[in-house]
Amino acid sequence: MSMRFLPCGDSAVLVELDDLDAVLSLHAELASEPPPGVVDLVPAARTLLLRVDSRQVDVDAVTRAVAALRPRGERQRDVRTVEIPVIYDGEDLSEVGRLTGLGERGVVAAHTGQTWTVAFTGFAPGFGYLIGEDDRLHVPRRANPRTRVPTGAVGLAGEFSGVYPRESPGGWQLLGRTHRRMWDLQRNPPALLAPGVRVRFVEVPAR
Amino acid sequence: MSPTAVLEVLSAGPLTTIQDLGRPGHAAWGVGASGAADRRSLRLANRLVGNAEHAAALEVVLGGLHLCAHRAVILALTGARCDATVDGRPVGHNSVLSLRRGQVLRLRTPATGLRTYVAVRGGIDVEPVLGSRSTDVLSGLGPAVVAAGSLLPVGAPPPAFPNVDFAPVPDPPHDEVTLQVTLGPRDDWFTPEARDALLRTSWTVTPDSNRVGMRLSGTALARAVCGELPSEGMVRGALQVPPTGLPTLFLSDHPVTGGYPVIAVVVDADVDRAAQLRPGQTLRFRTIHQPRTR
Repeated sequence: MSMRFLPCGDSAVLVELDDLDAVLSLHAELASEPPPGVVDLVPAARTLLLRVDSRQVDVDAVTRAVAALRPRGERQRDVRTVEIPVIYDGEDLSEVGRLTGLGERGVVAAHTGQTWTVAFTGFAPGFGYLIGEDDRLHVPRRANPRTRVPTGAVGLAGEFSGVYPRESPGGWQLLGRTHRRMWDLQRNPPALLAPGVRVRFVEVPAR
Repeated sequence: MSPTAVLEVLSAGPLTTIQDLGRPGHAAWGVGASGAADRRSLRLANRLVGNAEHAAALEVVLGGLHLCAHRAVILALTGARCDATVDGRPVGHNSVLSLRRGQVLRLRTPATGLRTYVAVRGGIDVEPVLGSRSTDVLSGLGPAVVAAGSLLPVGAPPPAFPNVDFAPVPDPPHDEVTLQVTLGPRDDWFTPEARDALLRTSWTVTPDSNRVGMRLSGTALARAVCGELPSEGMVRGALQVPPTGLPTLFLSDHPVTGGYPVIAVVVDADVDRAAQLRPGQTLRFRTIHQPRTR
């Protein structure tokens, strides 16, 4: 596993890795045994950001500790598979069918027919950026973002799929909607998705 | 009225929120740390009233807060200095003051600086969310923004008593400020001229600034690498450069991840100073020693 350490102020260091798999492995390792002074870990597509309390430790000391890590494999990784039921009646379904050449039913088949992996989170609490197994559903964002996308909307943008955890503005192409809650503060943990979790979308009829 | 309500907000000014030192540790769920924009001032206010440094207090943007005490309380004001009065009588800044039942604290607009902290002995005791009482204006987590009519509970007084009654802290300046940065993580995505411009030209805070970040105006920074950056983790103090070339300086409620390159990061202590800059004020950046990474 090659790691490149990029400076990120006096309270963080950005570790650049080969791929998402390496990010998720290092994240799992550091999350189970955080080096002293590390207060937050932010996994992303190719990087893992370590935020440190600079009043407790020097960021260089954390860098040295991480550089000296011996990877211990994937046994601690979160490899749950989460099923998300989707009603495929999104406003952009036909447009995505046209853009991909798959047609509406082909888009649904492609979306439900592959396993998605949560690469990283952001945008809103509980929002996961999901990466699929192939590029059939890679579509650009909408040229005109919507000012209001409802909670539970399931969409596509670039190489990602995702589910809006709450109503917000958004530019993703909408395929459908789910009633499964992505974010619920009454639940522990409140987020349904976390980096590394696998997702299968399942088509259900409108009720 | 709830039996625990101690402070009644008569007027909230332009923006008053409840803030503590935030909720780090949940970034993997897409939850940002949030917390006081000027953490040093929050810590000082809490120390003055004998609280733990992380207790929740009020962060008041440009004054305007009027508070009525429903029982006797001990308070401290730090950060941007407002002309403050209790029942019309002037009270000090960076010092301990007390309100008797029924008395009203009023903050006028500060002459310099942007954010005033009002700590109360015992701390503002609203329900924490994921371990913090901070309002995150980007994600909507935490307590509601404080409004006229808000009734704020106050916690039990801590065992410690205040042991200083005045802290000699300089006021936020009204003129140009220099902030220390380290270059990177993505300074190599910019032209040498852009890196030069970042460090040698002056920047102006625009009105398009809030707890998420401060948009700066100045010389547009040109990219040397044209591709798209895969989204990566962001930090408080990051100078993120969108396609306009004009950086945003991220503050406490910044997004957890972002897809535009960060040319440099303001060191932690100086982000507190940045959080006191007003729209129209100018600033410069200078590098400190570069960490031995890379």
